[in-house]
Amino acid sequence: MSRVGVVAWNTFREAVRDRVLYNLVFFALLMMAAAILVGQISIGIEQIVIVTLGLSAISVIGSLIAVFIGVGLVSKEMDKRTLYALLAKPVRRWEFLLGKFGGLLLTLAVNTAAMAAGLFAALAYVKHPLVRSDAVVLVAVYFVLLKLALVVALALLFSCYTTPLLAILFTAGLYVSGMFVTEMRGFHSEAMSPALQTFLRWLSYLLPNFENFDVMGRAAHGEAIPGSLVLANTAYAAVYCVILLTAAAAIFSKRNLK
Amino acid sequence: MGRAVIEIENLSKDYPFGFLNLKKKTSLEGLTMQVEEGEVFGFLGPNGAGKSTTIKLLVGLIFPTAGTARILGKPISDVEMHRDIGYLPEQPYFYDYLTAAELLDYFARIHELSASDRRERVPKMLKKVGLETAGKIQLRKYSKGMLQRVGLAQAILHDPKVVILDEPMSGLDPVGRREARDIILELKRAGKTVLFSTHILSDAEMLCDRVGVIVGGKLRGVGAPDEIVGMKAHGMEILFEYSGGCTDAGALLSKATRTGNRYRMQVGEEEVYATLDQLGRLGAKILSVSQVKASLEEYFMHLVEADRAQATAVEVSGK
Repeated sequence: MSRVGVVAWNTFREAVRDRVLYNLVFFALLMMAAAILVGQISIGIEQIVIVTLGLSAISVIGSLIAVFIGVGLVSKEMDKRTLYALLAKPVRRWEFLLGKFGGLLLTLAVNTAAMAAGLFAALAYVKHPLVRSDAVVLVAVYFVLLKLALVVALALLFSCYTTPLLAILFTAGLYVSGMFVTEMRGFHSEAMSPALQTFLRWLSYLLPNFENFDVMGRAAHGEAIPGSLVLANTAYAAVYCVILLTAAAAIFSKRNLK
Repeated sequence: MGRAVIEIENLSKDYPFGFLNLKKKTSLEGLTMQVEEGEVFGFLGPNGAGKSTTIKLLVGLIFPTAGTARILGKPISDVEMHRDIGYLPEQPYFYDYLTAAELLDYFARIHELSASDRRERVPKMLKKVGLETAGKIQLRKYSKGMLQRVGLAQAILHDPKVVILDEPMSGLDPVGRREARDIILELKRAGKTVLFSTHILSDAEMLCDRVGVIVGGKLRGVGAPDEIVGMKAHGMEILFEYSGGCTDAGALLSKATRTGNRYRMQVGEEEVYATLDQLGRLGAKILSVSQVKASLEEYFMHLVEADRAQATAVEVSGK
């Protein structure tokens, strides 16, 4: 296993031992309650309710983990000085960062996969049997995971040069802004100067576009998602993550560990 | 003179502080020294003298403001250099959700040791630092001294050529200190180069081939403990037994320190024979005559006090 892999596996092990995956119990209870309740009170919209609720929970729980653990990936190691012994070994700083990123992403992938299994179990309970078009929910789950990868990369970047509290604020701020880039792009007002409008348009292109990954409505209605969108979103998330991680590595490689 | 394994040239480190980081505090100023192959080198200095700063610079945790350093011929910025060095941080702290065995296995993987090497070395290192029965306990349940032992184990796990230890005796009980000293001596016997920082001077005197004394970020002296304190060596000590009886003895005995029937007296080298004659006439039994050398502690304190006096003088002239 490469050094990146070793660090990633240890980060995953830390998350498991720190009981991060206990959130799955909460999710399981939520899905069970929703499935039983929806089965009793709704007629014909079981799929919409279960898929919307399930995907929202996957996204919210995943985002909370990504932000709160992501901002501590580097800063916690520096505060506790666990990093000292590691960085004195033949580990490049970018390898450490990539390992931490990979470890948290693995944690989120396992978490998301388990929650997706729970979502499908609830869906199967209210709407049996499952049909082929239900596979679109899997694509929606994959998009949530791509979004989480971007959030982790953002949190990691901020974790490299600021305090955990500010890193949470910055990451959450960009996450929320990234949900409204289309509005920002098309925003026109008489009161706004042309320069400000141009600035907002540019800013909307620079910000991570989290709207791209929101296909919850389509998934809830069983509408197909084109392969081109899957490819475009995958490429977008990959390129954006590479840019963020490169910036994080550039900052961290010059950082003095006091 | 052996081959220089650690070469430090004019190494300096400033830390910015204050509003907008416009002010700077100098932690290390123009450090130049060498550590030779196979020697145990003690880095001495009071708290805040720059010992840990130097060590952190050497292992790449912080970056120099000026100057260069090389370990085993490789610049300290070269990550490959880390393959051959072992490092124990000051007051080490490790992932507390891991057991000691898991932590060592983790670091062994980082060093790309094979599975069979890991299986062999992890228990061996745990045994060496006296943790063979605690290897499966999570580190969050370890005492400070036990963490220090784990730190020592991870520093030498991969059989490095150069071992750099920041305050290795800190937090250890007398048994632990003895074991740490034994490990350092064992490393020396195996031909390893050891650089360790300490402010426990007796450890330095006991273990080091050479020491470097750093005070106020500047290196104030380097050499074998005997050599550098020898610069201030002076006088002779006479140990004798005297049971009393002679009325003329008062003046001479007033210069001595008494413990029971035994007396200890320090005299200048030129006075030694005359004093021995006098003692002989009094009927005293001479037990030993030995040269008085300033201890490393005295030398160390002399440097620290000189630095403080200098700092005070600068402060006063600044006012």
